[in-house]
Amino acid sequence: MPSLGADMEAGTLIEWLIKPGDKVKRGDVVAVVETQKGAIEIEIFETGQVEDVLVDLNAKVPVGTPLARIRSEAPPGAAAPLAAPAVPPVAPPVAAPGAAAAPAAPMPPPAAPILARPRVAGRARASPAARRLAELHGVDLSTLTGSGPGGAITAADVDGRLGALIAAPQKKRALGIDLEAMRAAIAAAMARSKREIPHYYLEHQVDVSACEQWLARTNATRAPEHRLLMGALAVKSVALACRRFPVFNGFCRDGRFEPAAAVHVGVAIAIRGGGLAAPALRDADQLSLDELMHRMRDLVQRMRAGRIRSSEISDPTITVSSLGERGVDALYGIIYPPQVAIVGFGKVVARPWVVDGAIAPRSVVTITLSADHRVSDGHAGALFLAEIGRRLQEPDKL
Amino acid sequence: MNDFDIPMVVREELNNIAPEVDLAGIDPAGDLREALDIDSMDFLTFVTALHRRLGVDIPEIDYPKLLTLDGAVAYLTAHLKSAQR
Repeated sequence: MPSLGADMEAGTLIEWLIKPGDKVKRGDVVAVVETQKGAIEIEIFETGQVEDVLVDLNAKVPVGTPLARIRSEAPPGAAAPLAAPAVPPVAPPVAAPGAAAAPAAPMPPPAAPILARPRVAGRARASPAARRLAELHGVDLSTLTGSGPGGAITAADVDGRLGALIAAPQKKRALGIDLEAMRAAIAAAMARSKREIPHYYLEHQVDVSACEQWLARTNATRAPEHRLLMGALAVKSVALACRRFPVFNGFCRDGRFEPAAAVHVGVAIAIRGGGLAAPALRDADQLSLDELMHRMRDLVQRMRAGRIRSSEISDPTITVSSLGERGVDALYGIIYPPQVAIVGFGKVVARPWVVDGAIAPRSVVTITLSADHRVSDGHAGALFLAEIGRRLQEPDKL
Repeated sequence: MNDFDIPMVVREELNNIAPEVDLAGIDPAGDLREALDIDSMDFLTFVTALHRRLGVDIPEIDYPKLLTLDGAVAYLTAHLKSAQR
């Protein structure tokens, strides 16, 4: 069970798309897991043959639990557990495809399935019976409150949890997004951000008339499905600026900054009815504007339909939030941990602007940066915002 | 010549974008973006769907004419006729 966000502890397996004997290759969608963020498609990070499926349908298991066993092709006869550490919040998967697979190291062919080894920080006090029961069913003891002597976890406590796990899937079977759970996930991530990350905020007003004119010209000859939006230019300009200022692109864990090798821009998407998610546009700096726009439309549609891929949820190395045409002038984002920066785009407004010594009406957008002061300073932030603004002056080069 | 039920097509496509909104309850002369809480990406999806179903080319410059239910129906009716002539 991959971790699909800093706040995720467990997920419910609601659909298997593979069965023992199937051939799979890296990147295939093999299962669907229900989380607080809705139904997430789980991709596999190994190529090989499915040997065994280790988690039953509708079972809720902690992050880190092996879901299936794959006989990998590389060293014949070796089998590796699927996905468990494959999408860790620890390493940007793209940075090191090899490294991502490494923890799922080859095991001797007849190896017994690895039981759930949830990441437990410190050993919970529990009775041997409770421990055995928990191990058998993959319950993370650290998530239980003990009712035994000295707060020790008893078998009854584990039993109670198992009852809850079995009962849970029935009440929300429908695919899609549980807005209440999504709100809880947002609350957890944002509260953690405000608790742990010393934010600093900058804003920069940028004349985007060149972008508007270029978009109008470009779109005039295109059918609707090939038209571009300002949002695509915004994402691309940020992605390119990240290459020059890597200190805003990556993760901060335990107070240490890990720059990301690739630029995966999380695009904040509002969910109808009141929800928010920011799945990744992978390698946004490498994509042409057309490709980027195409992927962005696809991402928005799938996110709103509640079908998003695991790598898209866990991957973003920086986030862009764009208010669109009906928003307000500026937004100051809260960083999504463990990322270190979020760039906000307000709506484009007509403003009197001084151009070549005379006042002229121009289209202006306020771009903001919220960044992690443990990693960068306002000086670098200012240069980063200026770089984004400069890139937006030459939309044809984006 | 195809006989499209344009009001129905428009309603269906708006319903795809904002399934939870009861279209019977909105002001046909009011701003759709406000009534349905749709952003520029949603609007582009709407225009793309209309183009695909009706074959009517809707240049960006005409977007403001489609911002109300009545406006969209009138625009598409007029342009569908000229497209089929």
